[in-house]
Amino acid sequence: MSQTAAVAPIWIFYTGTLFVITVQSAIAGVIRMGITHVVWIPDSVMGAWESELAKQPLQLIRICREGEAWPLAAGLYAGGARPLIMMQTTGLFESGDALRNVAYDLKVPVYAWIGVRNWLNPESPDSARKFAVPIVNAWQLDHVWIYADEDFATMHHHYLQCQASEKLGVALIAEGAG
Amino acid sequence: MNHPNLLNDADDRSPGAISCELALQLLAEQRNDRQIFVSNQMTARIWPTISRHPLDLNYLSSTMGGAIPLGLGLALARPDYEVIVLSGDGSLLMNLGCLATVVASRATNITIVVMDNGLYEVTGGQQTAGREANVNYALIAQATGFRYFESFDNIEQWRAFALSRWAVSGPRLISLRVHRVAVTTERFTATKVDVELRRLRKFLSKSRDDS
Repeated sequence: MSQTAAVAPIWIFYTGTLFVITVQSAIAGVIRMGITHVVWIPDSVMGAWESELAKQPLQLIRICREGEAWPLAAGLYAGGARPLIMMQTTGLFESGDALRNVAYDLKVPVYAWIGVRNWLNPESPDSARKFAVPIVNAWQLDHVWIYADEDFATMHHHYLQCQASEKLGVALIAEGAG
Repeated sequence: MNHPNLLNDADDRSPGAISCELALQLLAEQRNDRQIFVSNQMTARIWPTISRHPLDLNYLSSTMGGAIPLGLGLALARPDYEVIVLSGDGSLLMNLGCLATVVASRATNITIVVMDNGLYEVTGGQQTAGREANVNYALIAQATGFRYFESFDNIEQWRAFALSRWAVSGPRLISLRVHRVAVTTERFTATKVDVELRRLRKFLSKSRDDS
């Protein structure tokens, strides 16, 4: 059994539909984007991808708080690299001012995958779920959703659009309890 | 807009400290064409009056605490350049964990120069918690794993370092105990930061193509 197969996929039932995000599709998505650096503080979904990410021809940059991620990615972009940020919505909330500065002052088209904790649990009382979409909308973030493996194709198209228009973009990963 | 408190207190000089402008002047005199300078907050207002170089990024408007991560990103993307980040003590305090990020990233081509005046200068000179707690930033850097760390509160010591020690491998953190600065509108950079960043990116891209 390969190392890749050893990482359990995320199986979620939501409104009667089965959603699956596998590590293979996530890693393939990263590679297809041509990412050189992943800047991250993972949640429990993305955290399961760590060993596979570490095997890829990119640098995994472990930050201490999410506010570092946006300017760090901006610096990578300025130096000609292709960064991808990974964090949870709680980190998005925490890093609001840094995001504002990078998106609207520096105007740097960095791209982020943001795990939305409990999105697939409609009855969840989690306040992180409640405020996820309002915060994304408040910052006027151009975004798409990833519910399952087949959505990585949509994400890739969105990434290319954001790069072409030099606009910061995010892909929201629909998660269960994170 | 002028800040009357700063202007009124412009001559307030704490003993045993360095003129901020002179400290930066020494850096500008020693720079070479393989060094990227990222200034921030107060230094982003002074640095453009001292230096005009295609490898300057005056990070203003900024997010407080963002200059070191931004400089780290540049350093990781371009290991063929040395990145020098000019940070205030207030900005560093707001993002102290970034020192661990720098070391963990294994970047060796980054130098952080902390201009420690113990104040949030741009908001009128309120004291930072760091001054109240008498924080030693060089010792924090040492404990975090920086390869070079030093504090200076004397211009002659700083001059000697600037002349002789610049080649020490990084990451480096240098803490300078500096005076507060009189802020005038003339010192505000006229170039928008997004324009500066794109200019820097284009310059770096061209340098890669030419090499």
